[in-house]
Amino acid sequence: MSQPLLKAEGLAKRFGDRVVLQDVGLEVEEGEIHGIMGPNGAGKTTFFHVLTGQHKPDAGRVTFRGEDITGLAPREIACRGIARSFQLMNLFDDETALVNTMVATPEMRARGFDLFSDAARLEAATERAQRALADVGLEHQASARAKGLSYGERRALEIGVALASDPKLLFLDEPTAGLGAEGTERIAKLIGSLRRKVTIVLIEHDMRFLFGLADRIAVVHWGQVIARGTPEALRANPWVQRSSLAA
Amino acid sequence: MPSALARAPLITPTHVVVALLFATAPWWITRIGLYPYLGVEILVWMIFALGYNLLLGYGGLPSFGHGAFFGVGAYAFGLAQLKLGTGLWSSLGLAIVAAALAGALVAAFISHRRGIYYALLTIAFGQVFWFVAVKWHSVTGGEDGLLNVKRPVLDLGFAAFPLASNTAMLEFALAAFVVVSIFLWRLVHSPYGRVLRAIKQNETRAAFVGHPVWLYKWSAFTISCAVAGLAGAIFCLAQQSAYPNVMSLHQSGFVVMMVLVGGGLVSFWGPVIGAIFFILARDLLGAYTEAWLLWYGLLFMGLVLFKPEGIAGAWQSFRARMTPSPKEGGGLA
Repeated sequence: MSQPLLKAEGLAKRFGDRVVLQDVGLEVEEGEIHGIMGPNGAGKTTFFHVLTGQHKPDAGRVTFRGEDITGLAPREIACRGIARSFQLMNLFDDETALVNTMVATPEMRARGFDLFSDAARLEAATERAQRALADVGLEHQASARAKGLSYGERRALEIGVALASDPKLLFLDEPTAGLGAEGTERIAKLIGSLRRKVTIVLIEHDMRFLFGLADRIAVVHWGQVIARGTPEALRANPWVQRSSLAA
Repeated sequence: MPSALARAPLITPTHVVVALLFATAPWWITRIGLYPYLGVEILVWMIFALGYNLLLGYGGLPSFGHGAFFGVGAYAFGLAQLKLGTGLWSSLGLAIVAAALAGALVAAFISHRRGIYYALLTIAFGQVFWFVAVKWHSVTGGEDGLLNVKRPVLDLGFAAFPLASNTAMLEFALAAFVVVSIFLWRLVHSPYGRVLRAIKQNETRAAFVGHPVWLYKWSAFTISCAVAGLAGAIFCLAQQSAYPNVMSLHQSGFVVMMVLVGGGLVSFWGPVIGAIFFILARDLLGAYTEAWLLWYGLLFMGLVLFKPEGIAGAWQSFRARMTPSPKEGGGLA
């Protein structure tokens, strides 16, 4: 069997005497949409933070394409092809939508210490930035400032910024947080359209949303993975059925 | 598709207007009751403020001890000439390098910080430099400072100009300003400048899209200090001396006020407006009252309260009201 794109084993994290993660593992195969669900405070976001470098795990190992990336800084992890969106929005608010995505491109990373050329003339960066905006349906808002966009558009831009960095693996932390039914529908379509373009790990509360999108799902509760499998298999899982999580 | 990111020309009409304004100053400045040396001073502060705004306006990094690096440049220029006997160009070069090195050292200690902690550390480091200037008599001359710095002949190879007259100094300072303003104009529109602005708005996100945030903050501080050093060197040349006051906390405060009053947070040219405004206010208000800083300070407070975007910001909103059109983004244009 080929090795998974991302493999995490035995991850543990505690803050003071509060254990947030204990012995959490995850395997993500190339091309899939992998869901992570669980109630509030289950440790889902901490899990993301540990995987993307915001927090160092107390124990455990994360490998990405066979390389050990445990405990690397966010920047180093990003440069290896892992991007993430944030649950609370994290944009460059005063910049236009285009500049938001452009700053995230690998071209800007490579040319970041170029002090003399005009950034607007970096064709490759602007093209990739425009493609990322088109992917999230914001091409018509390219020159609008991020803070002037609607909530739903900002949610989409949040994903667009992550996409612009040309990731192999994309972590999305509750991309529908705070959205109504219509907005959720739009984001679901958007994520569906990214399938096969990029591997996605998706944290989500909304079960209907997650079950409709994910190829496989891991259920996290009390800092542990308590169940995992395809949406069909999980529907039959007694714990999922019993819990309020069930759709 | 409309281009959302306007290309930046190499030189803007504003560059030309400012350069012409100062280049012609020798012919009109005395007629309006001012004097050429005032032009020199304004140009020195314009250079200092433009370089400072790279840090404050574009990087969002509040340095309240920047006078120190202006001072390092001034002292380094004086010392190079008095102790090493170097000529104009090498003294200027040494001043820039010395200020950049001092800046790089300080930046190494503060670049992992932000906000108020960043600001406090810059004040502390600024005071260290000031204290050294006052106490290290054998090198800095203590309270008296360095005296008898010469204004050497400016040798361009094909021609030589004595800098003894203030008119010549004005043209020399103007040339330096033109170089600095073009350099910084390129810089803020370069990929580096774009990333720096992004870091100002959201350090976390910038790190998560793969930018080495610390290195940007460190280098922005260092570049800004190098420019401050150049301004300090020209100041030393103009004053023919360097003394502790040039690196005092006052000096650091003045540049912050200039940048904010002028509108450095919303415009590349804000610091230039602010420097002109400040020095003119000093001379014109100062002619009436010793307490001119009190009036200027009140004005500063009013501006921060009611128009924090400064003079350039007021101008921008005025223009926006005159030409109602959908506002395209850009922030610092």
